[in-house]
Amino acid sequence: MSAPKQVATGDRAILPEGAKTIPIYVMGKRYEVPETLTIMKAMEFAGFKFLRGAGCRGGICGACPTVYRKEGDYKLYFGLACQTVVEPNMYLAQIPFYPANRAVYDIEQIEPLADAVHALYPEIFRCVACNNCSKACPMKVEVLDYISAIKQGDLARAAKLSFDCIQCGMCASRCMGELPQYHIAQLVRRLYGKYIQPGAEHLQKRVAQIESGKYDGMLAELQKMSHAELEKIYKEREREPDMVPLGTWMPKDVSHL
Amino acid sequence: MKVSYYPGCTLKTKAKHLEDSALASLAALGVEIRELPRWNCCGAVHSLADDDLIHHVAPVRDLIRAKDEGSERLVTLCSMCYNTLARANLLMRNDEVKRKTINDFMTEESDYQGEVEVEHLIPFLRDVIGWDNLRAKIKVPLTGMKIASYYGCTLVRPQNVAIEPVAGKIMNEFVEALGAEPIDFSANTLCCGSYQVLAHPDSVADVVGRIIESASRAGADALILSCPLCEYNLLKKQEELLEKQKIGRRMPVFYFSQLLAMALGLGPESYRPDMSDAASVEFLKSKNFSVESAAVQA
Amino acid sequence: MAIEISEKTIKHEFIDRINELSGQDIYKCFQCGTCGGACPMSGQMEILPRKIMRMLQLGMAEHISELETGWECASCHSCSVNCPRGIDLARVMEAVRLLILRKNINKIEPSRLAEAVVRELPQIALVAGFRKLTS
Repeated sequence: MSAPKQVATGDRAILPEGAKTIPIYVMGKRYEVPETLTIMKAMEFAGFKFLRGAGCRGGICGACPTVYRKEGDYKLYFGLACQTVVEPNMYLAQIPFYPANRAVYDIEQIEPLADAVHALYPEIFRCVACNNCSKACPMKVEVLDYISAIKQGDLARAAKLSFDCIQCGMCASRCMGELPQYHIAQLVRRLYGKYIQPGAEHLQKRVAQIESGKYDGMLAELQKMSHAELEKIYKEREREPDMVPLGTWMPKDVSHL
Repeated sequence: MKVSYYPGCTLKTKAKHLEDSALASLAALGVEIRELPRWNCCGAVHSLADDDLIHHVAPVRDLIRAKDEGSERLVTLCSMCYNTLARANLLMRNDEVKRKTINDFMTEESDYQGEVEVEHLIPFLRDVIGWDNLRAKIKVPLTGMKIASYYGCTLVRPQNVAIEPVAGKIMNEFVEALGAEPIDFSANTLCCGSYQVLAHPDSVADVVGRIIESASRAGADALILSCPLCEYNLLKKQEELLEKQKIGRRMPVFYFSQLLAMALGLGPESYRPDMSDAASVEFLKSKNFSVESAAVQA
Repeated sequence: MAIEISEKTIKHEFIDRINELSGQDIYKCFQCGTCGGACPMSGQMEILPRKIMRMLQLGMAEHISELETGWECASCHSCSVNCPRGIDLARVMEAVRLLILRKNINKIEPSRLAEAVVRELPQIALVAGFRKLTS
């Protein structure tokens, strides 16, 4: 018999008719759950109700990190409960929160310098480069590389390397040096976004247009419309077709550009 | 022969003038060394306990990066990085059991057996360029400068990674090649107190005082070194010592590479002194070297 | 201060552990004092390394854990390269520190360092200091 088809897409798992059940172990206790479910759906199937440890259910919010082992395998695996499909005999526990030092700062008062980051998080210098952080990351972020970049003073590089971080905290849970990697990276991205990264020119231009009142008349017009009129123009609105090559499509009405 | 360069964290920030002066000098000498595209902090100190292997992982990971680049040599400028990388390299080369444990731990990296040679820039200059060759390329001989070479501890201890068997020769040869006068002094390998600046700052001040007095008594105009932590301790503690009148005058402190850049006729953007250190700035001015970064050297 | 030394007070397990961690034989030491003479930090040390070596030979675990000497060591290896008995004292001092650090006890607290100190120090000072002085 071929391997069961894993049909779970994000958290919108649909149970195929006649699906088999498989055993999984949640915090040491065995449950029979339908194959193809995500860990989160499987746990709900087994009777768990999530008060914490579940958020967007779409693989972005970082609330449902789960650590698991597979049968006969010494390795630890990490995944998001809402994205990871159950496997037979997996042993798992959710770690919705892991205590990690978080510094208090005023982003308006802090300079975008490595020294400032180091002063808020001196424990960064306790890193031993064991790389357990990168191995634990469910988003495949090279955590050791961004921590190295911060130690080297390259905040821009660190901000880019840590871009996919969803603040789940698995890196910190595995850190020998007791670093709060994800909080340090968040500070660095904030500094990068506020002070280092060049502002997007088209966005600045549009903000200036809005502030100059270019769209005030259009908004006032919309406000005067009835519900039916609004529904009509909404349905008739011009839409950019899917997958159109960049820069090749223009709307017929360019008066609002 | 492919040579990789390992900067170390401090050379990217507080000791940027060590890196800038060395890289500009190497470029002027026609030697290419390439920074590792990916590297982590080496750990700065060697772990000394027999069962403590996890603290060797950081330097070994950097050595693996050099090997993966296809490099035979890994050149460093920072004394602490040199010491840590060189000792980890010997461990991986000579201790079969520990090598296996460390390689097995780093499942995500290729195996390492100590294939790369770790070298500090000073012996690299002697072996790859040669003192005679260097002398021939000097444009501004540092005639009349009396230079004391401070090795500290990490360039010369322990013996299996010492850049020379008995300290005192190689840096003097370097100083001579630049046209300056080498000054021997007894405290040239006395440790500056290193990281104890964190826990025992007064002991560090005490030993810095002895180093400076020793170099002063020997008649040095300035002192050169290659360790950013020595530089910090020597500069910072001299301020305190002068305030407490424990030393007579401030000794200018430079990285060896700053003098190299000066002698090669490079501009102040290459050899630029630590502008917060008045003694170093004054010394350069007194020797007719510009300290204005825009201006060309006088 | 009177110190009782007898077979009852000598902690043999402690001596074995120090030898094991350091890879040295502390009984080789004959207290010549060369280590202290070579030590850059000895100027401010209350108890010099040779005395620590003697106390180690006598298995005085509690006494040693209360002394500052091991924490004043800068791991510069001056003692090691000068020891006429070939003992790598820097490794012995590391073993003394580790027996304390491995109980999750820090000598310095990174979180309590003054902001100005962290900003000013070169990274290698913090990395080295934390490796040698924190658990």
